[in-house]
Amino acid sequence: MVPSSYYLVLGAVLFGLGVIGFVVKRNIITIFMAIELMLNAVNLAFVTASRASGQLDGLVYVFFVIVVAAAEAAVGLAIIILVARNRQTLNVEHLDLLKN
Amino acid sequence: MSDFLARHALLSVSIVKIVVLMFLMMTTLAYLSWFERKVIAHIQARWGPYRVGPHGLLQPLADGIKFLFKEDVTPSGVDLFVYYLAPFLAMALALTSIAVIPFGPGKFTLFGYTTGLQVAELDIGLLFLFAITALGVYGVALAGWSSNSKYSLLGGLRSSAQMVSYELSLTMSVVGVLLMAGSFNLKEIIEAQSGTALHCLPRWNLLAAPMPQVIGFFCYFTSAIAETNRLPFDLPEAEGELVAGYHTEYASFKFAMFFMGEYANMVTVSCLATILFFGGWLSPFPQTPLFGWTHFLPAVFFGLGGLWLLQDGLRKNTGYKRIVLTILALVLFALAFVFFRPESRAFELVQGPFWFLLKVFLFLFFYVWVRGTLPRFRYDQLMAFGWKLLLPASILNVILTSLAIAMRPK
Amino acid sequence: MTAGLILFFVLAAVAVGGAVALIAARHPIHSALALIVVMVALAGLYLLQGADFIAAVQIIVYGGAIMVLFVFVIMLLNAGVEERTNFSRMAPYVGLPLGIFLLLELAYWVWRAPAISRTGPAGPVDTKALANMLFNQYVFPFELTSLLILIAILGAIVLAKRES
Repeated sequence: MVPSSYYLVLGAVLFGLGVIGFVVKRNIITIFMAIELMLNAVNLAFVTASRASGQLDGLVYVFFVIVVAAAEAAVGLAIIILVARNRQTLNVEHLDLLKN
Repeated sequence: MSDFLARHALLSVSIVKIVVLMFLMMTTLAYLSWFERKVIAHIQARWGPYRVGPHGLLQPLADGIKFLFKEDVTPSGVDLFVYYLAPFLAMALALTSIAVIPFGPGKFTLFGYTTGLQVAELDIGLLFLFAITALGVYGVALAGWSSNSKYSLLGGLRSSAQMVSYELSLTMSVVGVLLMAGSFNLKEIIEAQSGTALHCLPRWNLLAAPMPQVIGFFCYFTSAIAETNRLPFDLPEAEGELVAGYHTEYASFKFAMFFMGEYANMVTVSCLATILFFGGWLSPFPQTPLFGWTHFLPAVFFGLGGLWLLQDGLRKNTGYKRIVLTILALVLFALAFVFFRPESRAFELVQGPFWFLLKVFLFLFFYVWVRGTLPRFRYDQLMAFGWKLLLPASILNVILTSLAIAMRPK
Repeated sequence: MTAGLILFFVLAAVAVGGAVALIAARHPIHSALALIVVMVALAGLYLLQGADFIAAVQIIVYGGAIMVLFVFVIMLLNAGVEERTNFSRMAPYVGLPLGIFLLLELAYWVWRAPAISRTGPAGPVDTKALANMLFNQYVFPFELTSLLILIAILGAIVLAKRES
């Protein structure tokens, strides 16, 4: 069997890659996708912890994380559509109305 | 060698089953296109293909050769990776979903490993099928987008919006069956429908005890026709509307892959309809000794088919047509003989798949019949039908089924 | 080298490869496809651990609905390749190594955590037990999330409507 620490290391690596993607990329939709990647890494940690301890609560949390991520994606993408419609750009560096 | 196969029995048996199933599926898909053309032609008072081989039986072969040898045109400005990925994705997903469908109850032993008549028996078989259906939207959406053409983009967007909308009522209409069977495992769903009501009627889910799933079946099959983009719901890919929708810019073999992916989806949906609502591989006759003669029906079916082909072949005027049909007739007679002897293993193994494939064939005939008969929905009518009629109807089915089960006397 | 270990490494490699492709891709649609690959690989990892219901929910909801939403928005907004920016010259030379260092440090401390190196119970999760827990113990969050989804649907429709 695969030890649980292997899964957790994979979750950590995916989370780190999500953080890197969030910071490096400039397209707002890609940044949002990096957030989803981080959420998925957290889900992997939840499932691993749930299976390692034998309790099913972790799986229920995973269920809720997936559902809330769906709701968040819907509203976030609606906001992105509004931003793109009003500012005609998807580059976060040009969305700097609050600066100075 | 056989020792190696016996040690890795699970892997080798799975590979054998996959190869056999792939071969049978590809042949079925090719001849499904022949069947559709013949049936639609006869509905429209004309003959279908009849020149290539007797009764046009070699037409799929000719079409396959044509698809292989046609020039493969790639339009300029396409996103090459996504353009090549989309038809591959459509066909791969459609073929993957056949892996969990149980064709019969029997078990057979190969390389010392006993296994059932399906490639993979999953405890969440039904959820797996829905997952594959959910991923099937990508083939269409990515094909439409990557073709760098307005017609394709509009067709792809419309088609994927339609598929996503009808996916909802597709999955909701099945929840009633799930409540009655209590499991996602397809074999257990079929076995929950075994036995008889009133000693002679089969207990299929369509008319079963706590709540007959009639609304569920109608919602399911209508959503399935919409989900597989067939008439009357095929506005996004119809000829004459939007040129050809999302597969306008696809040349020979890639178009063939979309085409076969659509037929494979049809087959999967028909298999699922028989499993969920019509008892799968269960015979419509009760399994009592009084009805023991029904076990000989597969042999009789093949024998009659062979006789018909024989007399049809002998009446043809060209030599090779006579030979082809006579050979087919002899093959059917051999099958009938194999299935005729009650003590052979094949006799009991063939009962389940025979009834299953017969019911699937009836559903496919119904699909083609509907295509030849009904006119097309307009896009706004289509979306209104899906959201305002089918989804509330399937939710109503869930409510009624749960009420019926909860109020059943313990 | 059991089959489970091989499968884990294959799926982990696919997941990490997908995540790297998400960062390295220049067109958002390629990033979206890479994210779908990551999600399917993660569903495979959930299956490997025995949580088959969660794996199916992951593919149906994440891969079949949320990512379809992303792909639709990318297609509708006609998002193109990312343009070169002259924001900061030093960013790739300082930022990327720091990010990778963060990743490796997280991995190291997770690896060193003592109490969770067990292998856990074998066999698949009982879906009935999971459903019992969801509808008995966690029924209040369950109803709350359904309300949340309703609010999200209404919010998305109101936000994205064109002023007519």
